[in-house]
Amino acid sequence: MRVLIVGATSAIAGETAKAYARDGGRLFLTGRDAARLASVRDDLLVRGAAQVETAELDVARIPSHRPVIDSAIAALGGLDVALIAHGTLPDQALCQQEVSETLDAIQINFTATVALLTLLANYFEAERSGCIAVITSVAGDRGRQSNYVYGAAKGGVDRFLQGMRNRLFRSGVAVLTIKPGFVDTPMTAGMKKSLLFASARRVGFGIHRAIERRRSVVYIPWFWRPIMAVIKCLPEDIFKRLQL
Amino acid sequence: MRAYQSWGRYPRTQHTRVLPVFWRSEPPALGGITESVLPFACGRSYGDSCLNDGGALLDVTGLRRFIAFDESQALLRCEAGVTLADVLSLMAPRGWFVPVLPGTQWVSVGGAIANDIHGKNHHRAGTFGTHVTCLELMRSTGERVLCSPERNADLFRATIGGLGLTGLILWADIRLKRVPGPAIAMERVRFACLEEFLDLSSSDQAYEYTVAWVDCLARGRRLGRGLFLRGDHASRSLTSSEAHDARLKVPIDLPSGFINRTTLALFNACYYRSQLRTKLRKTVHYQQFFFPLDGIGEWNRLYGRRGFFQYQCVVPDDLGRTIAALLSQVARSSETPALAVLKRFGTIQSPGLLSFPRPGITLAIDFANRGPATLGFLEQLDRLVVDAGGAVYPAKDARMSGASFRRYFPAWEAFASHVDPKFSSSFWRRVTAA
Repeated sequence: MRVLIVGATSAIAGETAKAYARDGGRLFLTGRDAARLASVRDDLLVRGAAQVETAELDVARIPSHRPVIDSAIAALGGLDVALIAHGTLPDQALCQQEVSETLDAIQINFTATVALLTLLANYFEAERSGCIAVITSVAGDRGRQSNYVYGAAKGGVDRFLQGMRNRLFRSGVAVLTIKPGFVDTPMTAGMKKSLLFASARRVGFGIHRAIERRRSVVYIPWFWRPIMAVIKCLPEDIFKRLQL
Repeated sequence: MRAYQSWGRYPRTQHTRVLPVFWRSEPPALGGITESVLPFACGRSYGDSCLNDGGALLDVTGLRRFIAFDESQALLRCEAGVTLADVLSLMAPRGWFVPVLPGTQWVSVGGAIANDIHGKNHHRAGTFGTHVTCLELMRSTGERVLCSPERNADLFRATIGGLGLTGLILWADIRLKRVPGPAIAMERVRFACLEEFLDLSSSDQAYEYTVAWVDCLARGRRLGRGLFLRGDHASRSLTSSEAHDARLKVPIDLPSGFINRTTLALFNACYYRSQLRTKLRKTVHYQQFFFPLDGIGEWNRLYGRRGFFQYQCVVPDDLGRTIAALLSQVARSSETPALAVLKRFGTIQSPGLLSFPRPGITLAIDFANRGPATLGFLEQLDRLVVDAGGAVYPAKDARMSGASFRRYFPAWEAFASHVDPKFSSSFWRRVTAA
């Protein structure tokens, strides 16, 4: 399996990468920090990956996307899976004060993802096979006052993927929307952990399984699907009064 | 945030903050921190050696990556937060094994080094530290020091068994060993008294792994009766039912009185007679052989909210006199000695200044915490161990006196000169207090 992972130093993507390494997969990892990438690469090689290449990539710098994707295709001799896992969790209160903070969050979590997807969709469409998987969030299912900037970006990606899935279906390309709930990662290190938190390992392996099974939309863990179904059903006139 | 407590759930402590460490390329800057710090990973130390009341913890569970495996040298380099379970699940299917395994696989490599842990093969393999060839230590100044038996050897000897006090271990090299497969050919032999244990354990060298369970409530002629477990790696493959590992979990804190002398006496009598013949032979998966308690998640909750103590000591082999004295004190007491384990340590020198294992016989007993009565009783046991010239294991301890500690570990002053000025623990402050 030839796998490109964007945002490979994230805890969740790291766990998915381990699942591919275990099966002797070949991986191309991108991330912002070379030293972190090297740590992840070494780990995957010990775990059984047949090949691991890395490239520094700041997804906010959109012109750098194409050369990195091209070098991934060249290094692995093509791609079977692309997993987009980068993301930031912005400070909602700060976003409400600073326009630039909001736009930065949208740039990384929405615009950059859409830019990457545009390039990857054309590649996979021409190959007529493969899978594009993107980590969004349950936060994208409904805007809430506590994190609607993040939610809007993730929800936008969600909608974009719906259309792309519809388009690529004819070409035999699977498009997977992954909606994790709360995950115990460095991104949430400062949050108080409740029973709803899942380990990065559980989510990462769940992603691997969903890709193998060519699923369309997965909630990980599964219990978020009924929870979000209820939350999505609430009429807006009631929802707007809630403290969520 | 996760709960930062020790396995015995005693004492309860308050940490000022927890600094997570995720990348070895970005260790925390400790210069600006006013309070003391202590590395924390799995929290499997029983007492207060992994706690730092009123100070900060460095949570190293994020340092959980492998770095390299050199097959020709059998050397595995991995980060300090990698657990022995991680190493086994990756390497055992490839025919490589951890050279020294404790009673649980849920310990980190850093913790295994800091406590210089031992296992059922101590008589042949020595301690975990014996198999560590190199490690990188980060001092609070930010300086990173490579330590090995040849390089910075003094700091290396202080760090092995150094209770996390010499700095933050970032990674280590461990020499693994070749095994034919996951199977262990084991034999369980019932012994009726302590003398029989001593006889059985004098044949230790014929087996790779040996350990014994003792019925601590048996007295008189039956004093020290139990089951002797010994095994070797076997090349036979296992059927799927043999490889099956049960997973139960203790879902809640049981009432503190759940484990009492009546329930224990019943359990011990049943367990002692659980095999009809004196000798039972079978082939099992290594998980079953090494980690029977790992099959029961959070078994420490069986003791209720007050927690428990594990008392582990080693005494020189004086034909079993001290062990017999300890066991009869325990049997006559009103305490509730639950699980008890006996093992004869070998003569391989432990590499650390504060390493616990030394030639003799080690006894480990779990006691439910009944407050001052239990503390007083354990102090009585300490007197026997001090008189015999033995030692109590810091990794299991939450109560030994400073005076006893200094008798048990005469190298403590030499060790103290290597302690990082920013690093401390509840244990260290307790045993070094005047």
